[in-house]
Amino acid sequence: MGQTLAEQILSHAAGKPVQAGENVVVNVDLAMMHDSISPSIIKVLHGELGAERVWNPERIAVVVDHVAPAATIQNAEHQANLRRWVREQGITHLYDVGRGISHPVLVEENMARPGMLIIGSDSHSTGYGSVGAFGTGMGTTDMALALATGQTWLRVPETVRVQAQGRFQPGVSAKDLGLRVAREIGADGATYQSVEWHGLAFLPTGDRMTLATLSIEVGAKAGIVPPVFELPANAELAPIDQAALANSVPEWLRVEEGAHYTRTVDIDLSTLTPQISVPHYVDNVVDLPDVGRVAVDVVYLGTCTNGHYTDMAAAARILQGKRVAKGVRLIVVPATSEALRRATEDGTLATLLAAGAALGTPGCGACIGRHMGVLAPGEVCLFTGNRNFRGRMGSPQANIYLGSPEVAAATALTGYITHPSEVLA
Amino acid sequence: MARVWMFGPNVNTDQIVPGRYAPYMLKDEAELRKYPFVEARPEFAATVQPGDLLVAGPNFGCGSSREYAPLALRMVGVGAIIAPLFARIFYRNALNLGIPCFEADLTGVLRDGQQVEFDLASGRLIADGQNIQLPPPPAFLQEVWAAGGIVPFYKQHGRFPGQNA
Repeated sequence: MGQTLAEQILSHAAGKPVQAGENVVVNVDLAMMHDSISPSIIKVLHGELGAERVWNPERIAVVVDHVAPAATIQNAEHQANLRRWVREQGITHLYDVGRGISHPVLVEENMARPGMLIIGSDSHSTGYGSVGAFGTGMGTTDMALALATGQTWLRVPETVRVQAQGRFQPGVSAKDLGLRVAREIGADGATYQSVEWHGLAFLPTGDRMTLATLSIEVGAKAGIVPPVFELPANAELAPIDQAALANSVPEWLRVEEGAHYTRTVDIDLSTLTPQISVPHYVDNVVDLPDVGRVAVDVVYLGTCTNGHYTDMAAAARILQGKRVAKGVRLIVVPATSEALRRATEDGTLATLLAAGAALGTPGCGACIGRHMGVLAPGEVCLFTGNRNFRGRMGSPQANIYLGSPEVAAATALTGYITHPSEVLA
Repeated sequence: MARVWMFGPNVNTDQIVPGRYAPYMLKDEAELRKYPFVEARPEFAATVQPGDLLVAGPNFGCGSSREYAPLALRMVGVGAIIAPLFARIFYRNALNLGIPCFEADLTGVLRDGQQVEFDLASGRLIADGQNIQLPPPPAFLQEVWAAGGIVPFYKQHGRFPGQNA
């Protein structure tokens, strides 16, 4: 009997063969902590647990992404304390203000690799599944225990298999697939389970991260895109060197015949159309025409879900030579400094700016409603992120619609939620 | 007696404590006790009494990994949370903080504001003379609650829950 990717990775981390349903104690390959939660983790580590040192400073990554740069004196003080702590503990992997969002940054830095067990103080740590790692989010206390011991405990999850067929139509992309799956299985459709995303060997890493990060929105513990690669004809479109990534797949990690899946969700990409998640739940998804005419105040392109270089490039192709509609703010916050560098080098950024985009510092931006584009009561936002919960981006009286970068660009041009084909014609 | 606070399905952590009220954004973490359900149910923090019960629909605590959501509930003394399904990170965080979570659907049985008798040790609840037995959590998790959370458990036993002594 074969194993799922989650079973293979957790068997490796546990040092013995394990299967779904077992509780295991596992060695952590990498622990990620960000500015927002680090002060609490450090407090539990030294205070409640009484540990003086982290278990291994080389296996810890600290990322300042949640409020970066600092918005208040309070944040600034927390960040100053965090930098001091990082020095004291001898942690070398500090990614400070402007480097970007933890998940894509750790992929770019080659710290997140296929087959690793990665825990992070962020629910979207499922994003490490974009490179075939088992990434999962944990709270303050679990993180502090892992920092002290290098271990954690997990229930080995069952797995939901998403099986994609065919290729996307123009104007349709990975976000539409992710939202479609949320629509099919619901916000708790994969609770306590892993999701494997199959049939997507052609996707660049950014698009894989779209799906891996959206996995938590169906309740998943991990969301893994099998590390198999069909490199794009235009190598420029690959956000990182996928050939190198392919070479770093451990020999024990592969899709196995006979692995057990609790269910399979089949999606034909060739008939998939733009999907919109309507306020205030991520799984409240409809075909774009069914939202009706929804005027927007803000179009926000960014986050670990859709702030990748490829997302900016997709938006730029639609915005090329055009201007954002009067009265609409287009806010672009690249996921990482590397994404921003690439967009700068090939003219993508110039296209976005010429269209009227406002550019933010790479990081989480307004996704948690703290800075860089917080919404006012009554405002409507078309957001390429992962959550449209009430109050997520600021006022609880604001309305957030989730959609793809292509829909975001089309919407920015017209001022209402728009099918990309309408402006591509 | 404990008051029932009724919630619907898919209560997310942004509803429990919006990210704008994280300890990271506050002058003093103790202020967090003012903010559970600050926007979703503004009267909650001021009127909830120690021992009160949260009763909700499925997928309670979905969304973010923020432990300050269950921490805020612990600060105001929530006695237990009863829902047919919990989001996994929230469940772990609540367990780690020693907040009892019971997997049961009582949304059609109890009503908001109802006063009930609740005995945590036996998991028995008496509402309008009706006896309701809550299903016990797995034994290895009961150990963690008994210790008062994962930190006291780990300090006491030097191991993770479910791991052989």
